Amino acid sequence: MRYLPHTPEEIASMLATIGQESLESLFDTVPADCRMTNPWPLPAPQSEWELNDHLRHLAGAMGVNQQTKVLVGAGSYQHHIPETVRSLAGRSEFLTAYTPYQPEMAQGTLQGIFEYQTLTARLLGMDVVNASMYDGASALAEALLMGLRIAKKKKKVAVSRAIHPHYRAVVRAYLQPTAYEVVELDVLADGRTDLSGLAELEDIAAVALQSPNFFGVIEDLESAAVAIHGIGALCITGFTEPLAYGLLKNPGQCGADIVCGEGQSFGIAPSFGGPGLGMFGCREPFTRNMPGRLVGETKDLEGRRGYVLTLATREQHIRREKATSNICSNQGICAMTAGMYMASLGGTGIRQLARLNYDKTQYLKAVLSKAGARIPFASPVFNEFVAEFPQDFKPVRERLLAQNIVAGLELGPFYPELAGRYLFGVTETIAKHTMDTIAAEVQA
Amino acid sequence: MSEQLGTSGLILNEPLLWHKGKPGRIGMSIPTSDVPAAAIAAELLGPAVDFPDLSEVDVVRHYTRLSQWNFGVDSGMYPLGSCTMKYNPKTNERQAATPEIAGAHPMLADTLAQGTLRILFELQQFLAVITGLDAVSLQPAAGAHGELTGMLIFHAYHRSHGAQRHKILIPDTAHGTNPASAALCGYKAVPVPSDAQGMLDPALVASLMDEDTAGIMLTNPNTLGLFEERIREIAAIVHAKGGLVYGDGANMNAVLGVIDAKRCGIDVLHLNLHKTFSTPHGGGGPGAGPVCVTRALEPFLPVPRVVMDGTAYRLDDDQPQSVGRVHAFHGNFGVLVRAYSYILSMGEAGLKRASQLAVLNANYIKEQLKDVLHLPYDRPCMHECVFSDLWQQEYKISTVDMAKRLIDYGYHPPTIYFPLIVHGAMMIEPTETECKDDIDQFIATLKTITQEAATAPELLRQAPQRTKVRRLDEVLAARSPCLIGPSGDGDQ
Repeated sequence: MRYLPHTPEEIASMLATIGQESLESLFDTVPADCRMTNPWPLPAPQSEWELNDHLRHLAGAMGVNQQTKVLVGAGSYQHHIPETVRSLAGRSEFLTAYTPYQPEMAQGTLQGIFEYQTLTARLLGMDVVNASMYDGASALAEALLMGLRIAKKKKKVAVSRAIHPHYRAVVRAYLQPTAYEVVELDVLADGRTDLSGLAELEDIAAVALQSPNFFGVIEDLESAAVAIHGIGALCITGFTEPLAYGLLKNPGQCGADIVCGEGQSFGIAPSFGGPGLGMFGCREPFTRNMPGRLVGETKDLEGRRGYVLTLATREQHIRREKATSNICSNQGICAMTAGMYMASLGGTGIRQLARLNYDKTQYLKAVLSKAGARIPFASPVFNEFVAEFPQDFKPVRERLLAQNIVAGLELGPFYPELAGRYLFGVTETIAKHTMDTIAAEVQA
Repeated sequence: MSEQLGTSGLILNEPLLWHKGKPGRIGMSIPTSDVPAAAIAAELLGPAVDFPDLSEVDVVRHYTRLSQWNFGVDSGMYPLGSCTMKYNPKTNERQAATPEIAGAHPMLADTLAQGTLRILFELQQFLAVITGLDAVSLQPAAGAHGELTGMLIFHAYHRSHGAQRHKILIPDTAHGTNPASAALCGYKAVPVPSDAQGMLDPALVASLMDEDTAGIMLTNPNTLGLFEERIREIAAIVHAKGGLVYGDGANMNAVLGVIDAKRCGIDVLHLNLHKTFSTPHGGGGPGAGPVCVTRALEPFLPVPRVVMDGTAYRLDDDQPQSVGRVHAFHGNFGVLVRAYSYILSMGEAGLKRASQLAVLNANYIKEQLKDVLHLPYDRPCMHECVFSDLWQQEYKISTVDMAKRLIDYGYHPPTIYFPLIVHGAMMIEPTETECKDDIDQFIATLKTITQEAATAPELLRQAPQRTKVRRLDEVLAARSPCLIGPSGDGDQ
């Protein structure tokens, strides 16, 4: 095996040095009744070339290919990824390093993450951003737990039903064993979260909204933050599409206290849902309540600028059961990748790209409406929206699939009351003619 | 011994991103719009985002220079104990980047995602076979996430048995994540001290285990690199009181093909695919922390499960006793593909040989260094060995000084000051992918360093001197935190 360098002579000589008879005798301390006795029914080892064939075969079993146009967002977005980002993120000095416990040998990772923290903080309007969480869903669960820690005695959190259903499921799983309760806030007819009942709720530590929400709708975060602060709760805002903040007011500006979401859009392939990037930021007074790793600037012995992991007294390896989270490994290289992507776009580019996503989405909305579709939620959207069709959309969707277009996501499995309605996602990768094809099939 | 590894070379300085570039530059290609510009309400519009504008060359030079300040497994030996920094095969990267797989949307209909679902299904089966357990969830995104999932399973199991429990036994040799993960489920950690041989004492476990204790979380081999020989006895004690046994599989690289987790009495085990199964650690992540369970606990695994009906693979959400979802989608899928690729490349014989060689390498290092470094537990070790700085204290040299001196010689240091029960611990895990020549050179280097500790201790205290920066002021970083660059600090 090409990864195992030992020759038989070397093994013999090493065994002699340590006074062992065989490789098997190295395990003499393992009692017989703990031993693995079954042979493993694993496939025979494959050469590199056989493995390439095998994966090609699996790729062929997918009903989608590189040419397929997927007009679905719902937490995972198909954006163009520049070759520079792919190539730089693949540099093995970054990729094959561990968490930077020895900062003198990891300044590349550390400065790169510091830059990621900074650019993300600027994008979200936050004072502090951590070095990453697993994904948008666990980031939201951790944000709510953080809200409960800050509020101390309060026992409830409220989350909008317009938050990604999978994210709410993860929140329920995280909070299930605790004494805390999760209250869900309904969605109004315009697709925004109904905050009118907030004042009647008691004991609420934090309220979480997503904007743009699962339906693509841009929430009125400014009013929401006022209402949430009005009941003495923390305002948590989530997102699945950070590109939106290249165009829209950022959550910090709107009054959010904690912002968390999924950063996959920034140079990371969809990859069947992972690895993505949990982005997580907050206002400065809450820094020490944050979960996750933080990179900070400091100086070396000679006064030169350098970076280290810092404020570790919040973390599991120091605080053990009193830590702010149990997170250890995060999504390091994904955060670096997002940093590279944000750097590649720049302030000018991100506005342009966000605008392009917005314009294309408005275009699809317009041509579908013209073709007879109804847009049930009247509120403004960024790059996703819900549509409802006069006739059954299933056969249309099948015809489009035959043309290598995946047109929207059926909402029934997630929201029974929205059965038959579809969530569409449009990015810069979707050409006008693809959208025209969809509209034509709807009309046909 | 061949030429010394560490040397000095030309390293380039590089400013922070926002001290580069000029407004109006761009580093990536943006498609020309083929649709009309749409109106947007002014109250929605945000201000311009304060990112520096950089050209493609600016970006490439920036990150290439940064990468040159880093050290990875591809650069050299990285014997970081408990982290299993083995070689990360290049072919794994290629397989994960297969366009149809890397491009797959996570919400595709099952019928459109047979290839990716098959990878998940087969990897579940492989990991069940390898651990000896019955069922697997690949959702957890890292080891600690696997621990949390395991604790959620404990909690759901006890709830299904009618009575919730409030405590959990955690040995003092455990990773810090164990107590933190248990605390998230409301369990109070009850520490279990290890005995003079560094092992768990069943009698002590019996005295602590009661019917308000959910179970025990143990790591085997433990964090001293020793095999807990009485694990079956301990498991029987815990089971007799209605508790469950959690196995932290962070150290699985020692025992592939040697232990059967089910026969050991383990009910839930997590694996770190970024350790044992060769996926790159990415300077912090992503990892993957699948949980493997016995048949009795299968109903509690996270949903969706990946199942096969006849010849088709599908996602199954219909599991009423499940702990629910722990990840937005299917876990760190790209990492799972890499582990799948590794298992297919290695096969049964290759995986088993890997553990044998990992243990051989560790014992070889232990035997060769125990004359110059204090070895607190002198027993045959598994895949890592733990020394201390006891013999260097007379020269006022501590573990950190030896670790930093290793950097000047061209090695990543071992894990230091862990496990906590060894004062001044230095935990060395060579892994199986280091060859004898390189290990001999590493041993010789550490011997040289222990001599320097006596004859030229200042060399150690001042180390490292060959890196781009020297020792960094961590107190300053924590006392007045600077966690993001100041806004408006740039050329723009």
